[in-house]
Amino acid sequence: MSAAYVRPDFDVVTNWVSQGASVLDLGCGDGELLARLQRERGSIGYGVEIEDTAVLACLNRGLNVLQGNIESGLNLFDDGAFDVVILSQTLQATRHTEALVREVLRVGKSAIVTLPNFGHWSVRWQLGVGGRMPVSKRLPYQWYDTPNVHFSTITDFDVFCADKGIIVERRAALAGGRAVTFLPNVRGETAVFQIRK
Amino acid sequence: MDIATDSVGYVSPHKIAFETPLTFASGATLSRFDLMVETYGELNASRTNAVLVCHALSGHHHVAGFYKGAPDPAKSEGWWDNLIGPGRPLDTRKFFIIGVNNLGGCHGSTGPGTNNPETNKPFGSEFPIVTVPDWVRTQVQLADHFGIEAFAAILGGSLGGMQAMQWAIDFPERVRNVLAIAAAPKLSAENIGFNEVARQAIRTDPDFHDGNFYAHGVVPKRGLRLSRMLGHLTYLSDDLMGEKFGRVLKGEDYQFGFDAEFEVESYLRYQGDKFAGYFDANTYLLMTRALDYFDPARAFDGDLAVAFAKSKAKFFIAAFTSDWRFSPARSKEIVRALLVNKHDVSFAEIESVEGHDSFLMPIPQYHALLRSTFEGIKV
Repeated sequence: MSAAYVRPDFDVVTNWVSQGASVLDLGCGDGELLARLQRERGSIGYGVEIEDTAVLACLNRGLNVLQGNIESGLNLFDDGAFDVVILSQTLQATRHTEALVREVLRVGKSAIVTLPNFGHWSVRWQLGVGGRMPVSKRLPYQWYDTPNVHFSTITDFDVFCADKGIIVERRAALAGGRAVTFLPNVRGETAVFQIRK
Repeated sequence: MDIATDSVGYVSPHKIAFETPLTFASGATLSRFDLMVETYGELNASRTNAVLVCHALSGHHHVAGFYKGAPDPAKSEGWWDNLIGPGRPLDTRKFFIIGVNNLGGCHGSTGPGTNNPETNKPFGSEFPIVTVPDWVRTQVQLADHFGIEAFAAILGGSLGGMQAMQWAIDFPERVRNVLAIAAAPKLSAENIGFNEVARQAIRTDPDFHDGNFYAHGVVPKRGLRLSRMLGHLTYLSDDLMGEKFGRVLKGEDYQFGFDAEFEVESYLRYQGDKFAGYFDANTYLLMTRALDYFDPARAFDGDLAVAFAKSKAKFFIAAFTSDWRFSPARSKEIVRALLVNKHDVSFAEIESVEGHDSFLMPIPQYHALLRSTFEGIKV
């Protein structure tokens, strides 16, 4: 998805990617993050994107971009081909989420996943008290036009990883561009996880 | 005639003589050869802005512009004119572009119709079988002729894309960008099958005379015509043909005979006749064989990734959704091999209805991607 607003999760992802790492950004949008990783981390990177305009935007930035649907598999890539696979605000918009996470952990030695946190207090408030599906700056969609099909909270994703034997190496919750350590599942708007097999 | 301001305008070809012997992959030799070329734009002082356009099965050196002396100059447009010109995706204000007629061709380069100095008769079937690596070696001599150490880019569609890839494999230091469009890493059995039917059509034509028809003053037109009709079918898509012709009849009703009653029949007959009027039958055999033999992985135990191991170019690979001759899956085989090597590569799968021929069409997304790629090349 393209960055319609400043993406604080990009700071966290950039900090977590080590210098010179090989990176695969799935659903890389216009390539903003990938360009930053190349610039600031010297990454050897590839993006995968399905939208024509985003593919062109990546090419305009001089990035390596591969057009395709990440849900039809990652068979272009060998096992362990990348140090880090990034799923930045992408996973919640995929249909076969579990299968995709498995593919991601096949081609990447680790993965960094960023997700909107549906456990945020305003989400709880809008649904629990207002009785409406939540709409916010981070979740700017109505229920009928959202690309997001799998909603999760920070706790949900932790439980998912535990159930599937996936190791969570690091996690961060962000709100207003700052890290949240107290009650992250209530106060965090965006979650960032680093996971591996 | 009116010429668009972003056209290269009137152009003229010229012939370059190479007076050194050439040994083919088959072991056959030629004592000398000529290549017919056309160029657009200016070679810069450091000779870093050269782009080579490789042609496909029936192409040649006349890639862009018009011929002033043609019977109808307006109809003398180069085969990839929409790509090249001042302000077009491959911009002649930035690049020096070379179009070349491949060895074995029938548009001025040494080929089967050329007089063999040893016998003083056309080479005919004596002309050596030529392979993609053979062509690339002649194109290297062409680069040397212009003093070009490394091409800024080499591009081609279909068989042209195969030559561009072969450059990256055989001469990694001499090409900085490879654009291989609607190509494949090797032909499938079905692809070879189509080529064989085309060759049989030519070789069983009584006017073929085992390839030495020149001496008989005839041309195996029936064979050529059938080859082209078959080939043409494989370049289009069922959707496009449905759109273009459907089941439309030329007359009002069935005539209960075998004349061209459906629009599609007369279209194919027209294409076949046109082709048979100018294309050399031996060249058609050679070009299809070069396609069949193309398999750069073969020299590396069948491992395409190993074949590309030493390549240094940045790659742009594109395929079209409606192309069933070389489908997007075939292009992905190339991408996969490049990724194993962590080479710079971008891949685009472009929505189109025109089938394999899409690579010649000015599809907006496709041309935007090509423009972006060429703009990103430093010269």
